[in-house]
Amino acid sequence: MAGRHSFRNLLLISLVGLILYGCENSQWNNPYRDRDQHKDIIYTSFKERPKELDPVKSYNAAEYEFIAQIYEPPLQYHFLKRPYELIPLAASKMPARTFYDDAGNQLSHDVDPSSVSYTIYDIEIQKGIKYQPHPSFAKDSQGVYYYHSLTEDDLDDVNILADFEYQSSRELTAEDYVYQIKRLAHPNLHSPLAGLLGNYIVGFSEYREKVLDAIEDQDAWLDLRDVSMQGVKVIDSHHFSIRVKGVYPQFIYWLNMPFFAPVPWEADKFYSQPRMKERNISFDWYPVGTGPYMLTENNPNLRMVLDKNPNFHGEKYPSVGEPEDYALGLLDDAGKELPFADRIVFSLEKESIPYWNKFLQGYYDTSGISSDSFDQSVELNFQGEFGLTDGMKKRDIDLASAVATSLYYLGFNMGDPVIGGDSQRARLLRRAISIAVDYDEFISIFQNGRGVPAQGPIPPGIFGNENGEMGINPYVYHWENGRPVRKSILEAKKLMQQARYQNGVDQDTGKPLVLYFDTVSRGADTKALLNWMVKQFAKIDIQLVIRGSDGNRFFDKLDKGTFQIYQLGWNADYPDPENFFFLLYGPNSIAISGGQNYSNYQNSEFDRLFDVMKNMENGLERLKLIRQMNEIVRADAPWIFAFNPKSYSLYHDWYKNVKPNLMANNTMKYKRVDPLLRAQSREKWNQPILWPIYLLLVVLVLTIIPAARGFYQREKAKGV
Amino acid sequence: MIAYIVRRVLYAFPLLLGINLITFVLFFVVNSPDDMAKNQLGQKHTTAQQIEDWKRERGYNLPLIYNEDASAGAKFTETIFYQKSIRLFVFDFGSSDSGRDISYDIANRMWPSLTIAVPHLIVGLLITITFALLIAFFRASYIDYWAVIICVALMSISTLFYIIGGQFIIGKLLKVVPISGYDTGLDALKFLILPVIIGIVGGIGSGTRWYRTIFLEEIGKDYVRTARSKGISEQLVLFRHVLRNALIPILTGVVVVLPLLFMGSLLTENFFGIPGLGSYTIDAINRQDFAIVRSMVYLGSVLYIIGLILTDISYTLVDPRIRLS
Repeated sequence: MAGRHSFRNLLLISLVGLILYGCENSQWNNPYRDRDQHKDIIYTSFKERPKELDPVKSYNAAEYEFIAQIYEPPLQYHFLKRPYELIPLAASKMPARTFYDDAGNQLSHDVDPSSVSYTIYDIEIQKGIKYQPHPSFAKDSQGVYYYHSLTEDDLDDVNILADFEYQSSRELTAEDYVYQIKRLAHPNLHSPLAGLLGNYIVGFSEYREKVLDAIEDQDAWLDLRDVSMQGVKVIDSHHFSIRVKGVYPQFIYWLNMPFFAPVPWEADKFYSQPRMKERNISFDWYPVGTGPYMLTENNPNLRMVLDKNPNFHGEKYPSVGEPEDYALGLLDDAGKELPFADRIVFSLEKESIPYWNKFLQGYYDTSGISSDSFDQSVELNFQGEFGLTDGMKKRDIDLASAVATSLYYLGFNMGDPVIGGDSQRARLLRRAISIAVDYDEFISIFQNGRGVPAQGPIPPGIFGNENGEMGINPYVYHWENGRPVRKSILEAKKLMQQARYQNGVDQDTGKPLVLYFDTVSRGADTKALLNWMVKQFAKIDIQLVIRGSDGNRFFDKLDKGTFQIYQLGWNADYPDPENFFFLLYGPNSIAISGGQNYSNYQNSEFDRLFDVMKNMENGLERLKLIRQMNEIVRADAPWIFAFNPKSYSLYHDWYKNVKPNLMANNTMKYKRVDPLLRAQSREKWNQPILWPIYLLLVVLVLTIIPAARGFYQREKAKGV
Repeated sequence: MIAYIVRRVLYAFPLLLGINLITFVLFFVVNSPDDMAKNQLGQKHTTAQQIEDWKRERGYNLPLIYNEDASAGAKFTETIFYQKSIRLFVFDFGSSDSGRDISYDIANRMWPSLTIAVPHLIVGLLITITFALLIAFFRASYIDYWAVIICVALMSISTLFYIIGGQFIIGKLLKVVPISGYDTGLDALKFLILPVIIGIVGGIGSGTRWYRTIFLEEIGKDYVRTARSKGISEQLVLFRHVLRNALIPILTGVVVVLPLLFMGSLLTENFFGIPGLGSYTIDAINRQDFAIVRSMVYLGSVLYIIGLILTDISYTLVDPRIRLS
């Protein structure tokens, strides 16, 4: 009896608790803490845990989303201006570039690049920039660092960085930038940029050996300040220089990437202590920067939190932009102090469905558009342009779109006896395939229209990409009624005939033409796509055989040259045509140098033009060379220029200053939210609906009654 | 019993060694150390020297299983297999290939898995056993008939459908709980309701049918007839006699999974953004992190063996006739 009463009491308490909870918090589905409801916080998400947060290793957009808000390299891209323009970030002005000959004589800027022995970049950084608070800087009253000589016992109660009682800061110096460049060359840190920089920075490759020798001599932490690198020099506390071999104008673009962010030696010493790494206390887990934000919670399995850096030196919202930016309100905050948001919360959201639904509920400020939610959010209007659906408009959701500075391409193996080589026959065959594989259709079917057919190696937004008739690939398109129109299959078949492959039969051998397409796309999900690809080749009577493999085997085949056709993409490191043309540069062939020219394309004229073009400033002369280079690769067709993806993103009206910037990663500081409007919208959209639950309970009770009656009848029934 | 347990533990060693070997072979058939290095270092701008450095630092520059260049016993010990596997036997999981401490990660991530798995198991077990007993009580009636149909329908629906449907109805339409996410401490409660309910509902069909079958088999036995003939009510017959005697098959299914509760659920954790060990394992497979994959397979095997031993021990507790020797 007592048990029955206590059960009843428990039910009553639960019910009262539920009602009270409902009264106290009208948004039961709020995934965040209620006390944060009206705070200046940006809510966003990440799809997979960042692999590396150490700026020496980090090299993808998902990681830059965090560290670009924390670290400050010398330069950054202007938030609003297009074409993309580099401006100083931690630097006090743009770096000065000076050319020298072998004898060390300074040369003028218009000198022939071949006579330049090396270039010196002089970089001056702003004074008064301070690091975020960090235990590695903390000193006692005697000036001795608290945490630079920790014993294993000292770390017994330490699990996270916040467990260290004392934190401090210091001013950023030029030495910190030089220290990081040395870290890039450190053989045990495995920077993905080490190979590339070894080709350019004087003494960079040799530094690897120096460090190996130094490590051999000592077990303890190696202070890289004690090991000099020939090409980098600290001139004074706020001034350093980098010596680059020959002329490499693209070097300046690297200076905006976290690879060139400053790293204080104190933090390196602090993290190198025993047992630190096994507690995940490392650069990889706790970045130390001077930027507008600092990482205060690093739980990559759940949530990453960036809080405003109390020591941030200050920066103003840009006052100039493009003409349309004024009308779009992107300059309303001109001259205001950055950053706007006090905190940025990144929540792990691996699956697109919950991510999308939480965006619609107002729990994320912005969202990408996955194929699952595309029809729900975007529709084609009468002008053939994408616009928001009524459902999105009702919620005051806005749309931002931009063509990515990326290219997808279908590559041919130029070493293959059938599809490759410099013969006219193979060239005509490749051109015929370029027409037949209809990427306009591909974009429409598989990309929901999110892309533009590529006309050459250079994507829109990068110097050398041209609009209009001048910009089309004349071997695949012709210009008609003011727009590019893909050539007909008849024209492709004519090319096949000229190549002696009439009706898909090799006229020389009498055998049908069979080609092999190597891909990492396998399984049911990509079946439609691969079937589509087979049909494209079948249009010109070529039998296409799909050879699916995993990523490792796929790259193995590319390494060994045992393939005919493959598909890859390239995302710009920096907005310069060199960053795309180098994928077709002969000496960069994978067979010769293990480079990224996977097609092993060789054209001496193209290579000659590349060598000249890469060292030129943007201008008409450079454009002329680019046009010639485009013509060569379009005619040779080592690739089918597939498409440049278009990115769409949605954002709520309380999220301000949204302008896609596909080069800059440190844009969170410009974003502003209206927390009051957000709270009101969330309140309106997220009132719990309880009647179906009550109805379900009633149905359950109604179902139980006859069962209970049956139970008691059976219990009372007399045995026969 | 102690001798039995010791013997079982000793049997476990060759078993674990075999599991290690199979995991190792399967992993390295698909991935070479070079592939792993490229995966960690990225495809862009990576040089052969960097790949060699990466392998050397992590001990992947050794031969896989047999070292021809070494002498005597070193032919087997100076190999990746030996170097990477032997420490597992003392539960030293070392660092992941990206350099993070695996033991620390496991210790952190098992709790979210447990917070879902334990209520799911306990509440789910109570509900399915109660349903099964009630259905057994109403055997051969329209209630039994319809209950079996509903159970078959419930077990025919995929887990993914339950998850997406549950998120859609309870999280999106009714807005009663967050669609996904997780938090620490008491704040975690609101995130647990939906995955636990979905887990329980998803398991009701198969669980109830299975237990119903066990109970029906027991109900037909002589001791039940004897109990009834003594005038004991059907309620007591079911809940006291039948349930107790049906415990052995129930325990077989339950005790063996107890240690594995740590390991989490791949689908549930992925869809609900729960930072448990299930998502840890799947992330490691995707990233080709052999150190984590190997550790998780080993841990799973050890826990499974512990589960089997516990099952044997539990038999002796519920059935005094059983002796372990």
